[in-house]
Amino acid sequence: MHAVNSPAVTSAARPRLTWFTFASPANFYRLAGVLGPVCGLAAAAFALAGLWVGFFVAPTDAVQGEVYRIIFIHVPAAWLSMVLYVAMAFWAAIGWFLNARMAFIFARAIAPTGALFTVLALWTGSLWGRPTWGTWWVWDARLTSELILLFLYLGYMALVAAIDDTRRADKAGALLAIVGVVNVPVIYFSVVWWNTLHQGSSLTMGAKQHMASTMLIAMLLLTLACWAYAFAVVFVRARAIVLEREGDTAWARALVANSNQG
Amino acid sequence: MNGAVFLAVYLRDLRLAWRRRTEALLPVAFFLVAASLFPLGVGPDPQVLKLIAPGVVWVCALLAAMLSMPPLYAADHADGSLEQLLLARDAGLAVAAAKAAGHWTISGAPLVVGAPLLGLLLGLPSEELPVLFVSLLLGTPILSLLGGVGAALTLGLRSAGMLIVLIVLPLAIPALIFGAGAAAAVDAGQSASPHLSLLGALLIACLLGAPPATAAALRIAVE
Repeated sequence: MHAVNSPAVTSAARPRLTWFTFASPANFYRLAGVLGPVCGLAAAAFALAGLWVGFFVAPTDAVQGEVYRIIFIHVPAAWLSMVLYVAMAFWAAIGWFLNARMAFIFARAIAPTGALFTVLALWTGSLWGRPTWGTWWVWDARLTSELILLFLYLGYMALVAAIDDTRRADKAGALLAIVGVVNVPVIYFSVVWWNTLHQGSSLTMGAKQHMASTMLIAMLLLTLACWAYAFAVVFVRARAIVLEREGDTAWARALVANSNQG
Repeated sequence: MNGAVFLAVYLRDLRLAWRRRTEALLPVAFFLVAASLFPLGVGPDPQVLKLIAPGVVWVCALLAAMLSMPPLYAADHADGSLEQLLLARDAGLAVAAAKAAGHWTISGAPLVVGAPLLGLLLGLPSEELPVLFVSLLLGTPILSLLGGVGAALTLGLRSAGMLIVLIVLPLAIPALIFGAGAAAAVDAGQSASPHLSLLGALLIACLLGAPPATAAALRIAVE
Protein backbone atom coordinates (compact mmCIF):
# COMPACT_ATOMS: atom_id res chain seq x y z
CA MET A 1 0.00 0.00 0.00
CA HIS A 2 1.47 3.34 -0.99
CA ALA A 3 0.52 6.32 1.08
CA VAL A 4 0.13 9.68 -0.59
CA ASN A 5 2.90 11.99 0.51
CA SER A 6 0.88 14.77 2.03
CA PRO A 7 2.58 17.92 3.29
CA ALA A 8 1.41 17.09 6.83
CA VAL A 9 3.78 14.12 6.95
CA THR A 10 7.09 15.91 7.11
CA SER A 11 9.27 13.45 9.02
CA ALA A 12 10.04 9.90 7.85
CA ALA A 13 8.00 8.55 4.94
CA ARG A 14 4.99 6.48 5.95
CA PRO A 15 5.92 2.84 6.57
CA ARG A 16 4.28 0.11 4.54
CA LEU A 17 1.33 -1.40 6.36
CA THR A 18 2.05 -4.95 7.60
CA TRP A 19 1.02 -7.06 10.58
CA PHE A 20 3.85 -5.57 12.57
CA THR A 21 3.57 -1.93 11.53
CA PHE A 22 1.94 -0.93 14.80
CA ALA A 23 4.17 -3.14 16.91
CA SER A 24 6.57 -0.24 16.62
CA PRO A 25 5.93 2.14 19.53
CA ALA A 26 6.36 5.23 17.33
CA ASN A 27 3.76 4.05 14.81
CA PHE A 28 1.42 2.91 17.53
CA TYR A 29 1.73 6.24 19.27
CA ARG A 30 0.54 8.06 16.14
CA LEU A 31 -2.29 5.56 15.49
CA ALA A 32 -3.52 5.65 19.08
CA GLY A 33 -3.44 9.42 19.04
CA VAL A 34 -6.12 9.26 16.32
CA LEU A 35 -8.07 6.22 17.52
CA GLY A 36 -8.22 7.29 21.19
CA PRO A 37 -10.37 10.40 20.66
CA VAL A 38 -12.45 8.63 17.98
CA CYS A 39 -13.27 5.81 20.39
CA GLY A 40 -13.93 8.34 23.14
CA LEU A 41 -16.44 10.20 20.98
CA ALA A 42 -18.06 6.93 19.94
CA ALA A 43 -18.32 5.94 23.61
CA ALA A 44 -20.02 9.22 24.49
CA ALA A 45 -22.45 8.94 21.55
CA PHE A 46 -23.37 5.31 22.29
CA ALA A 47 -23.70 6.06 26.00
CA LEU A 48 -26.05 9.00 25.41
CA ALA A 49 -28.17 7.01 22.97
CA GLY A 50 -28.20 3.97 25.23
CA LEU A 51 -29.11 5.95 28.33
CA TRP A 52 -31.89 7.73 26.46
CA VAL A 53 -33.37 4.46 25.22
CA GLY A 54 -32.82 2.87 28.62
CA PHE A 55 -34.47 5.59 30.66
CA PHE A 56 -37.14 7.02 28.37
CA VAL A 57 -38.04 4.39 25.78
CA ALA A 58 -37.66 1.00 27.47
CA PRO A 59 -40.80 0.00 29.39
CA THR A 60 -40.91 -0.69 33.12
CA ASP A 61 -40.35 -4.33 33.95
CA ALA A 62 -43.51 -6.18 34.97
CA VAL A 63 -41.86 -8.03 37.84
CA GLN A 64 -38.94 -5.93 39.01
CA GLY A 65 -40.24 -2.40 38.38
CA GLU A 66 -37.83 0.42 37.63
CA VAL A 67 -34.92 -1.23 39.43
CA TYR A 68 -34.24 -3.54 36.52
CA ARG A 69 -32.77 -0.59 34.57
CA ILE A 70 -29.48 -1.18 36.40
CA ILE A 71 -28.87 -4.12 34.06
CA PHE A 72 -28.23 -1.66 31.24
CA ILE A 73 -24.89 -0.89 32.86
CA HIS A 74 -24.50 -4.01 34.97
CA VAL A 75 -24.51 -6.54 32.14
CA PRO A 76 -22.06 -4.65 29.87
CA ALA A 77 -19.73 -4.08 32.82
CA ALA A 78 -19.80 -7.76 33.74
CA TRP A 79 -19.14 -8.78 30.12
CA LEU A 80 -16.26 -6.38 29.78
CA SER A 81 -14.74 -7.37 33.10
CA MET A 82 -14.37 -10.93 31.80
CA VAL A 83 -13.49 -10.12 28.20
CA LEU A 84 -10.80 -7.66 29.30
CA TYR A 85 -9.17 -10.26 31.54
CA VAL A 86 -8.95 -12.64 28.58
CA ALA A 87 -7.66 -9.80 26.40
CA MET A 88 -5.04 -8.96 29.01
CA ALA A 89 -3.91 -12.58 29.20
CA PHE A 90 -3.91 -12.76 25.39
CA TRP A 91 -1.55 -9.80 25.06
CA ALA A 92 0.52 -11.11 27.94
CA ALA A 93 0.89 -14.42 26.09
CA ILE A 94 1.77 -12.65 22.83
CA GLY A 95 4.36 -10.63 24.70
CA TRP A 96 5.72 -13.72 26.42
CA PHE A 97 6.10 -15.83 23.29
CA LEU A 98 6.99 -13.17 20.69
CA ASN A 99 8.81 -10.86 23.09
CA ALA A 100 6.83 -7.92 21.70
CA ARG A 101 7.15 -4.68 23.64
CA MET A 102 3.77 -3.29 22.64
CA ALA A 103 1.98 -6.47 23.75
CA PHE A 104 3.26 -6.07 27.30
CA ILE A 105 2.19 -2.44 27.23
CA PHE A 106 -1.32 -3.45 26.13
CA ALA A 107 -1.56 -5.99 28.94
CA ARG A 108 -0.61 -3.35 31.49
CA ALA A 109 -2.90 -0.75 29.95
CA ILE A 110 -5.90 -3.09 29.99
CA ALA A 111 -5.62 -4.15 33.65
CA PRO A 112 -6.92 -0.99 35.40
CA THR A 113 -9.89 -0.74 33.01
CA GLY A 114 -10.73 -4.39 33.58
CA ALA A 115 -10.56 -3.89 37.33
CA LEU A 116 -12.78 -0.81 37.00
CA PHE A 117 -15.45 -2.76 35.11
CA THR A 118 -15.24 -5.56 37.67
CA VAL A 119 -15.85 -3.08 40.50
CA LEU A 120 -18.67 -1.53 38.47
CA ALA A 121 -20.30 -4.92 37.89
CA LEU A 122 -20.06 -5.78 41.59
CA TRP A 123 -21.26 -2.36 42.68
CA THR A 124 -24.25 -2.15 40.35
CA GLY A 125 -25.10 -5.78 41.12
CA SER A 126 -25.12 -4.91 44.79
CA LEU A 127 -27.33 -1.87 44.20
CA TRP A 128 -29.71 -4.09 42.24
CA GLY A 129 -29.60 -6.90 44.80
CA ARG A 130 -30.65 -4.72 47.72
CA PRO A 131 -34.21 -3.97 46.51
CA THR A 132 -34.61 -7.22 44.55
CA TRP A 133 -33.10 -9.88 46.79
CA GLY A 134 -33.25 -7.80 49.97
CA THR A 135 -29.51 -8.01 50.53
CA TRP A 136 -26.41 -6.17 49.36
CA TRP A 137 -24.38 -9.28 48.93
CA VAL A 138 -24.81 -13.04 48.71
CA TRP A 139 -22.07 -15.60 48.35
CA ASP A 140 -23.50 -17.03 45.18
CA ALA A 141 -21.38 -18.45 42.40
CA ARG A 142 -21.39 -15.54 39.99
CA LEU A 143 -20.85 -12.83 42.58
CA THR A 144 -18.06 -14.79 44.19
CA SER A 145 -16.28 -15.55 40.93
CA GLU A 146 -16.57 -11.89 39.92
CA LEU A 147 -15.01 -10.93 43.26
CA ILE A 148 -12.19 -13.42 42.69
CA LEU A 149 -11.71 -11.91 39.23
CA LEU A 150 -11.21 -8.56 40.94
CA PHE A 151 -8.58 -10.14 43.20
CA LEU A 152 -6.80 -11.53 40.14
CA TYR A 153 -6.74 -8.05 38.57
CA LEU A 154 -5.48 -6.54 41.83
CA GLY A 155 -2.78 -9.20 42.14
CA TYR A 156 -1.58 -8.51 38.60
CA MET A 157 -1.52 -4.74 39.11
CA ALA A 158 0.17 -5.02 42.51
CA LEU A 159 2.86 -7.35 41.17
CA VAL A 160 3.58 -5.20 38.13
CA ALA A 161 3.71 -2.05 40.25
CA ALA A 162 6.02 -3.64 42.83
CA ILE A 163 8.79 -4.52 40.34
CA ASP A 164 10.98 -1.56 39.41
CA ASP A 165 12.70 -3.16 36.44
CA THR A 166 10.33 -2.71 33.47
CA ARG A 167 11.37 -5.84 31.64
CA ARG A 168 11.06 -8.07 34.68
CA ALA A 169 7.73 -6.45 35.64
CA ASP A 170 6.37 -7.12 32.14
CA LYS A 171 7.43 -10.75 32.09
CA ALA A 172 6.42 -11.53 35.68
CA GLY A 173 3.03 -9.87 35.12
CA ALA A 174 2.58 -11.80 31.88
CA LEU A 175 3.32 -15.09 33.61
CA LEU A 176 0.83 -14.27 36.36
CA ALA A 177 -1.86 -13.26 33.84
CA ILE A 178 -1.38 -16.52 31.94
CA VAL A 179 -1.47 -18.62 35.13
CA GLY A 180 -4.57 -16.68 36.18
CA VAL A 181 -6.45 -17.22 32.94
CA VAL A 182 -5.75 -20.94 33.08
CA ASN A 183 -7.21 -20.95 36.58
CA VAL A 184 -10.32 -18.93 35.78
CA PRO A 185 -12.43 -21.92 34.58
CA VAL A 186 -11.26 -24.01 37.55
CA ILE A 187 -12.18 -21.23 39.97
CA TYR A 188 -15.50 -20.67 38.25
CA PHE A 189 -16.57 -24.31 38.33
CA SER A 190 -15.43 -24.78 41.91
CA VAL A 191 -17.44 -21.76 42.96
CA VAL A 192 -20.52 -23.01 41.08
CA TRP A 193 -20.71 -25.84 43.62
CA TRP A 194 -22.67 -23.59 45.86
CA ASN A 195 -26.35 -23.22 45.22
CA THR A 196 -26.89 -20.17 43.14
CA LEU A 197 -29.29 -17.31 43.74
CA HIS A 198 -28.31 -15.27 40.71
CA GLN A 199 -30.88 -15.16 37.96
CA GLY A 200 -29.98 -17.01 34.78
CA SER A 201 -28.31 -15.20 31.91
CA SER A 202 -30.47 -12.39 30.55
CA LEU A 203 -29.19 -13.03 27.08
CA THR A 204 -28.32 -16.40 25.63
CA MET A 205 -27.14 -16.98 22.12
CA GLY A 206 -29.72 -18.87 20.07
CA ALA A 207 -32.25 -19.12 22.88
CA LYS A 208 -35.71 -17.65 22.46
CA GLN A 209 -35.60 -13.98 23.26
CA HIS A 210 -37.63 -13.01 26.31
CA MET A 211 -36.58 -9.40 26.74
CA ALA A 212 -38.48 -6.48 25.24
CA SER A 213 -36.60 -5.36 22.14
CA THR A 214 -36.16 -1.79 23.43
CA MET A 215 -34.53 -3.15 26.58
CA LEU A 216 -32.23 -5.21 24.40
CA ILE A 217 -31.37 -2.20 22.25
CA ALA A 218 -30.50 -0.11 25.31
CA MET A 219 -28.29 -2.85 26.66
CA LEU A 220 -26.52 -3.36 23.35
CA LEU A 221 -25.98 0.39 22.90
CA LEU A 222 -24.43 0.62 26.36
CA THR A 223 -22.35 -2.47 25.65
CA LEU A 224 -20.97 -0.71 22.58
CA ALA A 225 -20.37 2.38 24.72
CA CYS A 226 -18.42 0.32 27.25
CA TRP A 227 -16.37 -1.31 24.51
CA ALA A 228 -15.58 2.05 22.93
CA TYR A 229 -14.72 3.50 26.33
CA ALA A 230 -12.41 0.56 27.08
CA PHE A 231 -10.65 1.00 23.74
CA ALA A 232 -10.33 4.75 24.25
CA VAL A 233 -8.77 4.59 27.71
CA VAL A 234 -6.55 1.65 26.81
CA PHE A 235 -5.22 3.66 23.85
CA VAL A 236 -4.64 6.72 26.01
CA ARG A 237 -2.99 4.70 28.77
CA ALA A 238 -0.85 2.72 26.32
CA ARG A 239 0.25 6.00 24.72
CA ALA A 240 1.31 7.31 28.10
CA ILE A 241 3.26 4.13 28.86
CA VAL A 242 4.91 4.25 25.43
CA LEU A 243 6.03 7.82 26.00
CA GLU A 244 7.28 6.96 29.47
CA ARG A 245 9.36 4.04 28.21
CA GLU A 246 10.58 5.52 24.94
CA GLY A 247 11.40 8.88 26.49
CA ASP A 248 15.05 8.74 25.42
CA THR A 249 14.49 7.75 21.77
CA ALA A 250 14.88 10.21 18.92
CA TRP A 251 11.22 10.24 17.85
CA ALA A 252 9.96 10.84 21.39
CA ARG A 253 12.44 13.68 21.89
CA ALA A 254 11.41 15.22 18.59
CA LEU A 255 7.78 14.92 19.62
CA VAL A 256 8.39 16.67 22.93
CA ALA A 257 10.46 19.37 21.24
CA ASN A 258 7.69 19.98 18.68
CA SER A 259 4.99 20.19 21.31
CA ASN A 260 7.10 22.64 23.33
CA GLN A 261 7.49 24.92 20.31
CA GLY A 262 3.83 24.76 19.33
CA MET B 1 13.92 -32.90 34.79
CA ASN B 2 17.35 -33.20 36.32
CA GLY B 3 16.96 -35.83 39.07
CA ALA B 4 20.34 -35.25 40.67
CA VAL B 5 19.63 -31.54 41.09
CA PHE B 6 16.20 -32.30 42.51
CA LEU B 7 17.59 -34.67 45.14
CA ALA B 8 20.49 -32.39 46.03
CA VAL B 9 18.33 -29.30 46.50
CA TYR B 10 15.65 -31.21 48.38
CA LEU B 11 18.09 -32.81 50.84
CA ARG B 12 19.93 -29.53 51.26
CA ASP B 13 16.69 -27.72 52.17
CA LEU B 14 15.86 -30.43 54.71
CA ARG B 15 19.33 -30.20 56.23
CA LEU B 16 19.10 -26.40 56.44
CA ALA B 17 15.69 -26.65 58.08
CA TRP B 18 17.01 -29.20 60.55
CA ARG B 19 19.77 -26.81 61.57
CA ARG B 20 17.22 -24.05 62.20
CA ARG B 21 14.56 -26.13 63.86
CA THR B 22 12.75 -23.28 65.61
CA GLU B 23 12.33 -21.41 62.36
CA ALA B 24 10.97 -24.50 60.63
CA LEU B 25 8.35 -24.93 63.35
CA LEU B 26 7.02 -21.38 63.05
CA PRO B 27 4.34 -22.15 60.41
CA VAL B 28 2.80 -24.94 62.48
CA ALA B 29 2.93 -22.72 65.58
CA PHE B 30 1.16 -19.98 63.63
CA PHE B 31 -1.38 -22.56 62.44
CA LEU B 32 -2.21 -23.67 65.99
CA VAL B 33 -2.32 -20.14 67.44
CA ALA B 34 -4.39 -18.68 64.60
CA ALA B 35 -6.94 -21.51 64.70
CA SER B 36 -7.32 -21.30 68.48
CA LEU B 37 -8.17 -17.60 68.16
CA PHE B 38 -11.46 -18.50 66.48
CA PRO B 39 -13.19 -19.95 69.56
CA LEU B 40 -12.14 -16.79 71.40
CA GLY B 41 -13.51 -14.65 68.60
CA VAL B 42 -16.82 -16.33 67.80
CA GLY B 43 -17.56 -17.74 71.24
CA PRO B 44 -17.27 -21.24 72.71
CA ASP B 45 -20.65 -22.57 71.46
CA PRO B 46 -19.83 -26.19 70.43
CA GLN B 47 -22.49 -26.20 67.68
CA VAL B 48 -21.00 -23.14 65.97
CA LEU B 49 -17.44 -24.36 66.39
CA LYS B 50 -18.26 -27.78 64.97
CA LEU B 51 -19.84 -26.09 61.96
CA ILE B 52 -16.92 -23.80 61.16
CA ALA B 53 -14.11 -26.15 62.21
CA PRO B 54 -13.15 -27.55 58.74
CA GLY B 55 -13.18 -24.07 57.22
CA VAL B 56 -11.15 -22.59 60.06
CA VAL B 57 -8.55 -25.34 59.90
CA TRP B 58 -8.28 -24.98 56.13
CA VAL B 59 -8.06 -21.19 56.09
CA CYS B 60 -5.41 -21.24 58.81
CA ALA B 61 -3.43 -23.89 56.91
CA LEU B 62 -3.68 -21.74 53.78
CA LEU B 63 -2.42 -18.64 55.60
CA ALA B 64 0.34 -20.59 57.37
CA ALA B 65 1.52 -21.95 54.02
CA MET B 66 1.50 -18.49 52.40
CA LEU B 67 3.27 -16.78 55.29
CA SER B 68 6.06 -19.36 55.20
CA MET B 69 6.61 -18.79 51.47
CA PRO B 70 8.75 -15.61 51.24
CA PRO B 71 11.98 -17.17 52.62
CA LEU B 72 11.71 -20.13 50.22
CA TYR B 73 14.02 -18.65 47.58
CA ALA B 74 15.06 -15.43 49.31
CA ALA B 75 18.26 -16.62 51.03
CA ASP B 76 19.49 -18.49 47.94
CA HIS B 77 18.70 -15.45 45.80
CA ALA B 78 20.48 -13.05 48.16
CA ASP B 79 23.76 -14.99 48.32
CA GLY B 80 23.78 -15.84 44.62
CA SER B 81 23.50 -19.61 45.00
CA LEU B 82 20.16 -19.64 43.16
CA GLU B 83 21.85 -18.34 40.02
CA GLN B 84 24.51 -21.02 40.33
CA LEU B 85 21.87 -23.68 40.82
CA LEU B 86 20.00 -22.59 37.69
CA LEU B 87 23.16 -22.93 35.60
CA ALA B 88 22.95 -26.72 35.58
CA ARG B 89 21.24 -28.39 32.63
CA ASP B 90 17.39 -28.46 32.93
CA ALA B 91 17.83 -27.27 36.49
CA GLY B 92 14.96 -24.75 36.66
CA LEU B 93 12.25 -27.40 36.80
CA ALA B 94 14.22 -29.53 39.26
CA VAL B 95 14.92 -26.59 41.57
CA ALA B 96 11.27 -25.49 41.48
CA ALA B 97 9.99 -29.00 42.20
CA ALA B 98 12.58 -29.65 44.91
CA LYS B 99 11.85 -26.36 46.66
CA ALA B 100 8.10 -27.05 46.64
CA ALA B 101 8.69 -30.60 47.89
CA GLY B 102 11.01 -29.29 50.59
CA HIS B 103 8.50 -26.66 51.65
CA TRP B 104 5.79 -29.28 51.93
CA THR B 105 7.97 -31.66 53.95
CA ILE B 106 9.04 -28.92 56.35
CA SER B 107 5.92 -26.74 56.66
CA GLY B 108 3.07 -28.66 55.01
CA ALA B 109 3.39 -32.10 56.62
CA PRO B 110 3.35 -30.73 60.22
CA LEU B 111 0.10 -28.92 59.38
CA VAL B 112 -1.42 -32.18 58.17
CA VAL B 113 -0.35 -33.94 61.37
CA GLY B 114 -1.56 -31.09 63.57
CA ALA B 115 -4.93 -30.68 61.85
CA PRO B 116 -6.79 -33.59 63.56
CA LEU B 117 -5.63 -32.23 66.92
CA LEU B 118 -7.09 -28.84 66.04
CA GLY B 119 -10.23 -30.55 64.83
CA LEU B 120 -10.63 -32.13 68.26
CA LEU B 121 -10.06 -28.76 69.94
CA LEU B 122 -12.84 -27.27 67.82
CA GLY B 123 -15.16 -30.18 68.63
CA LEU B 124 -15.16 -31.86 65.23
CA PRO B 125 -16.83 -35.31 65.43
CA SER B 126 -14.36 -38.18 65.19
CA GLU B 127 -15.74 -39.47 61.87
CA GLU B 128 -14.80 -36.17 60.20
CA LEU B 129 -11.22 -36.14 61.48
CA PRO B 130 -9.84 -38.67 58.96
CA VAL B 131 -11.53 -36.76 56.12
CA LEU B 132 -9.97 -33.51 57.30
CA PHE B 133 -6.62 -35.28 57.52
CA VAL B 134 -6.86 -36.69 53.99
CA SER B 135 -8.12 -33.41 52.53
CA LEU B 136 -5.13 -31.58 54.01
CA LEU B 137 -2.80 -34.36 52.90
CA LEU B 138 -3.97 -33.79 49.31
CA GLY B 139 -4.38 -30.03 49.70
CA THR B 140 -1.20 -28.81 51.37
CA PRO B 141 1.05 -29.92 48.46
CA ILE B 142 -1.18 -27.78 46.21
CA LEU B 143 -0.51 -24.82 48.49
CA SER B 144 3.25 -25.46 48.44
CA LEU B 145 3.25 -25.72 44.64
CA LEU B 146 1.13 -22.60 44.03
CA GLY B 147 3.01 -20.70 46.72
CA GLY B 148 6.25 -21.56 44.95
CA VAL B 149 5.00 -19.69 41.85
CA GLY B 150 4.18 -16.67 44.01
CA ALA B 151 7.52 -16.81 45.84
CA ALA B 152 9.44 -16.99 42.56
CA LEU B 153 7.45 -14.13 41.00
CA THR B 154 8.02 -11.83 43.97
CA LEU B 155 11.65 -12.81 44.51
CA GLY B 156 13.68 -9.92 45.92
CA LEU B 157 10.80 -7.46 46.13
CA ARG B 158 10.29 -5.26 49.18
CA SER B 159 6.70 -6.26 49.86
CA ALA B 160 7.08 -9.90 48.82
CA GLY B 161 5.13 -11.30 51.78
CA MET B 162 1.89 -9.43 51.16
CA LEU B 163 2.21 -9.81 47.39
CA ILE B 164 2.47 -13.60 47.63
CA VAL B 165 -0.73 -13.67 49.68
CA LEU B 166 -2.54 -11.40 47.20
CA ILE B 167 -1.33 -13.33 44.16
CA VAL B 168 -1.72 -16.90 45.38
CA LEU B 169 -4.88 -16.80 47.51
CA PRO B 170 -7.28 -16.36 44.54
CA LEU B 171 -5.58 -19.27 42.80
CA ALA B 172 -5.88 -21.43 45.94
CA ILE B 173 -9.63 -20.89 46.31
CA PRO B 174 -10.64 -24.13 44.52
CA ALA B 175 -8.43 -26.14 46.89
CA LEU B 176 -10.03 -24.37 49.85
CA ILE B 177 -13.56 -25.04 48.59
CA PHE B 178 -13.01 -28.75 47.97
CA GLY B 179 -10.81 -29.25 51.02
CA ALA B 180 -13.12 -27.65 53.54
CA GLY B 181 -16.12 -29.01 51.61
CA ALA B 182 -14.98 -32.61 52.10
CA ALA B 183 -15.42 -32.50 55.89
CA ALA B 184 -18.60 -30.45 55.56
CA ALA B 185 -20.03 -33.09 53.21
CA VAL B 186 -19.48 -35.79 55.84
CA ASP B 187 -21.20 -33.53 58.36
CA ALA B 188 -24.18 -33.28 55.99
CA GLY B 189 -24.32 -37.09 55.71
CA GLN B 190 -22.83 -37.30 52.22
CA SER B 191 -19.74 -38.99 50.90
CA ALA B 192 -16.52 -36.99 50.90
CA SER B 193 -15.09 -38.83 47.92
CA PRO B 194 -16.21 -36.38 45.16
CA HIS B 195 -14.48 -33.53 46.99
CA LEU B 196 -11.38 -35.60 47.62
CA SER B 197 -11.28 -36.77 44.00
CA LEU B 198 -11.47 -33.18 42.76
CA LEU B 199 -8.77 -32.20 45.24
CA GLY B 200 -6.64 -35.03 43.88
CA ALA B 201 -7.27 -33.81 40.33
CA LEU B 202 -6.21 -30.30 41.37
CA LEU B 203 -3.06 -31.74 42.92
CA ILE B 204 -2.17 -33.54 39.69
CA ALA B 205 -2.82 -30.38 37.66
CA CYS B 206 -0.63 -28.35 40.03
CA LEU B 207 2.11 -30.98 39.98
CA LEU B 208 2.20 -30.69 36.19
CA GLY B 209 1.66 -26.95 35.88
CA ALA B 210 3.24 -25.22 38.84
CA PRO B 211 6.92 -26.30 38.56
CA PRO B 212 7.28 -25.06 34.94
CA ALA B 213 5.62 -21.76 35.89
CA THR B 214 7.90 -21.46 38.92
CA ALA B 215 10.95 -22.24 36.80
CA ALA B 216 9.93 -19.56 34.29
CA ALA B 217 9.43 -17.05 37.10
CA LEU B 218 12.85 -17.90 38.55
CA ARG B 219 14.49 -17.31 35.18
CA ILE B 220 12.80 -13.90 34.98
CA ALA B 221 13.96 -13.04 38.49
CA VAL B 222 17.63 -13.89 38.01
CA GLU B 223 17.98 -12.83 34.38
